Amino acid sequence: MFAPGDRVRVKDAWPEHQGPAHIRTPYYVRGVEGEVVRHLGDFANPEDLAFARPAAKVPLYHVRFRKDRIWPERKPDDEILIEIFGHWLERP
Amino acid sequence: MSDLLETDGERLLTAVRALLQRKGVVTEEEIAERRAATDNASPGQGARMVAKAWLDPAYRELMLSDGTKAAEALGIPMRGMPPLGVLENAPKLHHLVVCTLCSCYPRAVLGYPPFWYKSAAYRARAVRDPRALLASEWKTVIPDDVTLRVVDSTADYRWMVLPMRPAGTEGWDEARLTAIVREGDMIGVTIPSV
Repeated sequence: MFAPGDRVRVKDAWPEHQGPAHIRTPYYVRGVEGEVVRHLGDFANPEDLAFARPAAKVPLYHVRFRKDRIWPERKPDDEILIEIFGHWLERP
Repeated sequence: MSDLLETDGERLLTAVRALLQRKGVVTEEEIAERRAATDNASPGQGARMVAKAWLDPAYRELMLSDGTKAAEALGIPMRGMPPLGVLENAPKLHHLVVCTLCSCYPRAVLGYPPFWYKSAAYRARAVRDPRALLASEWKTVIPDDVTLRVVDSTADYRWMVLPMRPAGTEGWDEARLTAIVREGDMIGVTIPSV
């Protein structure tokens, strides 16, 4: 589990390269460091739901990224806030 | 009924509805309730929430802590809908909502998304170059001293923006305030003004 304020890194994983996959973690944020804003709740894992497999509930977090960590930007303070499931996050 | 008046799609729908009811998955009342909720969903619902939040601090608190409960408090049907989250704009913080993966949208409170919301161009530009997108397509200029927070709606929540109440609306009642809140204000591509 992660707490608000925790530094996290999105896993630089590409399961779609191994075969059919349903991934809610955008490409552009894989491998990028951000900060947990809050735990949004636990939801059935869409990676299983999409294939009608039994889907365990997994924690979902709102994670904030500095925009300049993802793309060069003349306004480095701008942010992107994304819902990311806990199994995609690791401690940097 | 003749083939001219009944399409294959309608026959299939009738058969599936009958099966769902016979198997106890849904009732006719539940289908009617969802149809009514879909028909009534429009940006006017979200606008009612925004106007009330501008006038009623307790309602604003509820809206920010639990958007679903706040919608239900105004009689907006939320049963079976994804949880609603509300993002509050402030003098130094502006929110912009996008769904880069598909087209997640808070339909219960805003209705069907505008056509451009699902376009590849909007979805790409909203995360890559949001300030230029807002300025070129909507003439919305976010000042340099305001943080722009793009909210990519990627999972189980649906997000709407609570814009700031514009100057010049002092003393206005709820109905008058509701009338100035547009769809784009609650996505974050525009800012309410009078």
